[in-house]
Amino acid sequence: MSSSRFFSWAFKAYLVIFFAYLFLPLLIMAAATFNESRFPTVTPWTGTTLRWFSALWADGGMWDSLANSLLVAVGVLCLALPIGVASALFLTTVDGRGKSFIYALILSPLLTPGVIIGISTLIFWRDWGVNGGIALTVIAQSAFIAAYVMLMVAARLQRFDRTLERAALDLGASQWQVFRRILLPYLRPAILSAAVLAFLQSLENYNTTLFVAGYDTTLTVYIASKVRTGLTPAVNALALVMIVFTVGLAVIYELKRRREAARRIA
Amino acid sequence: MWRQLHSRFGLPLTMAIVSLMGIWLIVMVLLPQWQMIDYSFHPALLPAERGGAKDVWSLTNYATFFHNEIHLAIFFKTIWSSVLVTTLTLIVSYPLAYYLAKVATPGQAALCLLLLIIPFWINEILRTFAWYIIFAFRGPLNELLFALGLIDRPIRFLNGDTGVLVGMVYAYILFMVFPLYNAIESLDTNQIRAARDLGAGWGRTHRRIVIPHAKPGIATGCIMTFMLAAGSYAVPALLGSPGSRWFTQIIYNWFFEGGDWNQGAAYAFLLLMLCIVFVTVIMRIFKVGLGDIAK
Repeated sequence: MSSSRFFSWAFKAYLVIFFAYLFLPLLIMAAATFNESRFPTVTPWTGTTLRWFSALWADGGMWDSLANSLLVAVGVLCLALPIGVASALFLTTVDGRGKSFIYALILSPLLTPGVIIGISTLIFWRDWGVNGGIALTVIAQSAFIAAYVMLMVAARLQRFDRTLERAALDLGASQWQVFRRILLPYLRPAILSAAVLAFLQSLENYNTTLFVAGYDTTLTVYIASKVRTGLTPAVNALALVMIVFTVGLAVIYELKRRREAARRIA
Repeated sequence: MWRQLHSRFGLPLTMAIVSLMGIWLIVMVLLPQWQMIDYSFHPALLPAERGGAKDVWSLTNYATFFHNEIHLAIFFKTIWSSVLVTTLTLIVSYPLAYYLAKVATPGQAALCLLLLIIPFWINEILRTFAWYIIFAFRGPLNELLFALGLIDRPIRFLNGDTGVLVGMVYAYILFMVFPLYNAIESLDTNQIRAARDLGAGWGRTHRRIVIPHAKPGIATGCIMTFMLAAGSYAVPALLGSPGSRWFTQIIYNWFFEGGDWNQGAAYAFLLLMLCIVFVTVIMRIFKVGLGDIAK
């Protein structure tokens, strides 16, 4: 009996340590934003200030890279969403030989290191006269983000009742009308969540972007370069803003997804 | 395949589907990879010389790698450290995944999962930067150890591999927890109870019941973690030092400092081969297919 009590005690300690490990670094990073010190730290605490937020606001390089990041993210949505949806439609419609090969090909970008995707895109487009920049970043990021979109849309599509399609066709609808009026509305929630995920994936990407961004620095590339040269707590201020933004989006997304799941069960 | 698509969607939609997938898989995935491999087997030439007499198929770029002891050492260090990161992550994640799937009440599990997901949404650079602050020479960790009387002068955490390992386990832990959790959750709890009733201890129950059932999850988690660790640029660049370089940093240098793309392509291909070999070996050992990984 006492050994099981020891286990449950040890387990609670493990849980506390695990979540401290998960959150303490983020809290310390956030706290350092409000420290007067020139170098981001919490020890020693030299005075509480909000001036690093105004330093961030006045940083032109940050705004430029933010604009680039947003442009890239919108580009990724325009490219990866149609591709992902098309692939999901393809995989849930066909069967036969070749299919498992295409499936493996579709999943391969998820199992390829991000740097390789960036490098191969950079090399390929040089021969066509396209150098690193926003366009290339969109192409390289979409190469793997489209696979995430495909997985999310396909998951919903697998539960689709094909008899709805047949009924509409029997009642005289054209195939385009079936797609437009039945399939797309059914897929809408999955496409919306995929869009949120794709947008955040694009915004956060570093390993692939590093190779293809050229002079069009994105936000993550900018942060990394700041950490190595010219690090001030303004970087923490930026981190804090980004965390609040992504966590806000993530919580909304998660709650929506759960409500959806609950509705499906009911 | 064409016929199945055509009968369901009609001609215009089928053409749209096929051309979108064609652009993706051929222009964005296959051809670039092919071009990278092709580059790696050619010498670096001036644009004017390309296609000329000097533009021959050669193994020079690979010979350079195998004759460079420093690069070889970094390559093997990257493999070894990534395996270490993967193992550490598995050990740290397994109890939590088991707790979430089988011990916690639904409410507790839902709360824990939400808490786990939050850092997962935060960018890798920022998560790594957080550790950069903690590990700084006069940062909180040194101050804490000093206050506890464990050290009498600050340690340079950012000078070796420790920082990189801790940062990587931190950055990739969720790619391990979620596949493990999904796998363990699908295990019928009665099986655990039966094993316990028949007298199996905790160790034996896990070894014979839970772990065999969780195999696809373990495989997926290990593949994702290894791939992310071996291919990481952000963590070693921020938390490492010149003495603890990662293979991706060598690749980067060939491209943007050495200016030798052909050489860089060869190194990138070696990294890709390493990941393919790892994925294949793990899939063989755990007897899982691609379909299991996609879940």
